[in-house]
Amino acid sequence: MSEEANSFFNSILDLIKKLNNSEMILENIEAEFSELEFEPVPQRFIPYPAAVPQIKKPTEILKTEFTPPIQIYPGRVVEVKIGATKKEGGTRDKTVVVGGETSPAFYTFESPTPHPPVVSLDVFDTKIPMAKAVKNNWRDVLDDPAEWAKKAVNKFGAEMINLHMESIDPLRENTSPSEAAKTVEEVLQAVKVPLTVGGCGDPVKDLQVFEKVAEAAEGERILINSVTLDMDLEKAAKAIKEHGHVVIAFTSMDMQQQKELDRKLYEYLPKENIIMDTTTAALGYGLDYAFTIMERTRLAALMGDEELQHPLSSGTTNAWAAREAWIKLGPEWEPRELRGPIWEVVTALTLLLAGVDLFMMMHPKAVETVKSVIQRLVEQKPVKPQEVINWVTKKF
Amino acid sequence: MAKELSPLDIYKLLPKTNCKECGLENCMAFATKLVAMEIGLDACKPLLTSKYRRNREKIWDLIKPTLKEVVIKSPTKEVKIGGEYVMYRHELTYINPTAIAVDVTDDLPKDELIERVKKIENFSYSYIGKELKLNLVAVRSVTEDPEKFGETVKTVVENTSLPMILCTFNPKVMKSGLSEAKNSKPLIYAATKDNWDKMGELASMYNCPLTIFAPNDITLLKSLVKTMKEYGIEDLVLDPGTFPGDGVSATLNNFTMIRRAAFKENDELLSFPLIGTPITAWTQEGRILDKKWEETYLAGMLIVRFADALIVHNLEGWSLLPQIILRENIYTDPRKPVAVEPGIRTFGQPNENSPVLFTTNFALTYYTVAADIQSAKLDCYLLVVDTEGLSVDSAVAGRKLTADRVADSIKESKIEEKVKHRKIVIPGRASRLSGEIEEKSGWKVLVGPLDSSGIPKFMQEKWK
Ligand code: B12
Ligand code: SF4
Repeated sequence: MSEEANSFFNSILDLIKKLNNSEMILENIEAEFSELEFEPVPQRFIPYPAAVPQIKKPTEILKTEFTPPIQIYPGRVVEVKIGATKKEGGTRDKTVVVGGETSPAFYTFESPTPHPPVVSLDVFDTKIPMAKAVKNNWRDVLDDPAEWAKKAVNKFGAEMINLHMESIDPLRENTSPSEAAKTVEEVLQAVKVPLTVGGCGDPVKDLQVFEKVAEAAEGERILINSVTLDMDLEKAAKAIKEHGHVVIAFTSMDMQQQKELDRKLYEYLPKENIIMDTTTAALGYGLDYAFTIMERTRLAALMGDEELQHPLSSGTTNAWAAREAWIKLGPEWEPRELRGPIWEVVTALTLLLAGVDLFMMMHPKAVETVKSVIQRLVEQKPVKPQEVINWVTKKF
Repeated sequence: MAKELSPLDIYKLLPKTNCKECGLENCMAFATKLVAMEIGLDACKPLLTSKYRRNREKIWDLIKPTLKEVVIKSPTKEVKIGGEYVMYRHELTYINPTAIAVDVTDDLPKDELIERVKKIENFSYSYIGKELKLNLVAVRSVTEDPEKFGETVKTVVENTSLPMILCTFNPKVMKSGLSEAKNSKPLIYAATKDNWDKMGELASMYNCPLTIFAPNDITLLKSLVKTMKEYGIEDLVLDPGTFPGDGVSATLNNFTMIRRAAFKENDELLSFPLIGTPITAWTQEGRILDKKWEETYLAGMLIVRFADALIVHNLEGWSLLPQIILRENIYTDPRKPVAVEPGIRTFGQPNENSPVLFTTNFALTYYTVAADIQSAKLDCYLLVVDTEGLSVDSAVAGRKLTADRVADSIKESKIEEKVKHRKIVIPGRASRLSGEIEEKSGWKVLVGPLDSSGIPKFMQEKWK
């Protein structure tokens, strides 16, 4: 375990000690409803009691064979490269490649993972609401995106940075495209990992900013986050192509719309420049939809649907949108300092198993955990069954 | 279940009397619902008579799940695991949620044992109108003393209604435990390559489901299944091992291979429920907090990757909450949004001057808003508008929440007879409908906060 994670757990241990020593008031915010209007789960069928079979006791284990059930898929996810080194016309120390899968996520009995999924950390160019458990890790850098990015890379092991240009929102600071481009340049100076630049969600303003940023970051192969169906796609794609960048195609939980968007982009961009985001909802807040749409998308890609053969990106920080990640629930659910990051971890790992290639995350402990799970899933070390066999009798 | 099953295939085998005992108009309607998995076979009572026994068996063969359903019982409760029809949830829906067991050990002093068992039983969290709970108590023999184990099982049975998993590899100890589990069918954990014959004997003697444990060896696992089936034991649960640390890769591969063999290769010897044991995180060296952390996320990954039951050790809320909510998410029916009945709800003791608010009938939305209103102890009316189970934003964007619908709901609810005023608080995320709602309904609109947690403050400041 890294030093950072160690210090995280140490501070949690202190906190737990404090909690144990102080009384906490139980906040009763849970609703109590007994007259539930739930759709019944489909009923099951109870088999008719079968006739009692004759028992002929075997005296030794009846041997049989097992062959791993391997499947061959007609489709393959394209590889997308993010970032460019000096040699390639950029200034990054290294680049990141995602995608290339020929099997569902981590079916490594079938084929190895071509590229480990990547964990990228969020940086914002202005103040945004943030759960305390997250904020505590970033307090000293909140006003300075370049410092924030440095801390994410040097201290918390970010493999990429997502710079979110929230301040360009016309309903907020309405920062101009050239000011935004300046911030992007500062962050590119500050860190040498590949960069994602995100907009504010306004299709018109985002496009203006993306055009300017694409130009300023010429050759860096940054990842533009994101283009949507309501945007002038021709303009957006041209700017991305002309300056050698890659893009996230974002839709809101709808495979048909995702296909439509990808199809439109193919008119201007090679497939290798497109990553998809089908929307991430938090554990307990729509993760079921997010998971299933991603899983279906990936399986469809492998089965040959060419319009879905792109790596998947997830705005995993959305995990914090679920109240259970941060709200006070009463002493039996504390400490929140653990509940929050584990919420982000479980959200991320669920989507990792659906096929996500690129995670955008925020809590350092969650980042550390997800990275280490990915590493272990990719390495496929042999197991030592003897070490766990004694769990039944072990005291802990 | 055969994919292309048509209602007619079923209809042919029904009594065709249209007696309506199943609560439906006729046998054809029953056949249709049965194929759509909206009704159980047992609803047709005539089929249960001996006259139709063969027909019933034939129907069962047509509709039975691919994965064997195994039932674990206490005298008063039963937990079903397995019984799945599909490998991926989007192919239909998952049926039996992953059963979560928390362990107790036979070295605990009696009072501590009782306290822990009660805590397991009483663990509960309200989530969109449901009480999420733990399902099983896993009793582990760490002493390997038959007498101690028997006593422990006895105490557990006396102090909880939850069914049990009895954990020991020692047949003598197991026997002592089983003999104390009266009127129950605990899950036996576990038969291995060393004790399979004795465990098999116990399973058939006590008529209990049996776990087969073959760590990281699916060939052995399959061979043991074959052997046990030969013994006449059909209620089997498979454990290919849960390996923490570097073993996470092998763990997922084993679970996935077994499930795929069952569903895509019709391997009958592997078509049984899977049990995961994230509790093995505790066998590692290191700090307790690291073990708790790893146990939690291993449990999460196994809920996603096909585990039908889990055994964990940590009983703390922060660790169990993500597990039970993830299970709830993965096991909801993807074919229909979880919705509540539309209509008017009263909170506290509202009178003719009390506020009226509206929200959508998506269960997550409704219960979130309801909880906020309750904790604020507000006396008010909440109008639940039928958005076909969509949240506020999705419903507005998808035109399932429109001014017309709101106006109609106001009318239909007869709320106009209950209050004197004509003012309605609407969700902040529906603000763009405010003008139109005023026009269509004649009510004055107050645009509420984006998040319903802001309702108490908003009402204090804005409702006069
Ligand atoms: C899960 C989800 C879906 C699921 C549906 C889940 C469901 N049953 O509703 C699916 C995949 C089906 C879906 C579909 C669509 N979705 Co959608 N979806 C989401 C997602 C990820 C989460 C929504 C959610 O569950 N929120 C939680 C609930 C509790 O929130 P809520 O209902 O708003 O309630 C809160 C507040 O509104 C408020 N509140 C509620 N009632 C009241 C009452 C009062 C009086 C007050 C004061 C407050 C209040 O408090 C509540 C608690 O905070 C969001 C994105 C996100 N992360 O938020 C997008 C999102 C809502 N969807 C969006 C869209 C566009 C759609 C679609 C139109 C597009 C599409 N993909 O086809 C469709 C429409 C559906 C249709 N059939 O036509 C957009 C909406 C954009 C907008 N603002 O217009 C969003 C925001 C995503 C995005 N950024 O694009 N979606
Ligand atoms: S109970 Fe059975 S026989 Fe009677 S109507 Fe229903 S399906 Fe037909």
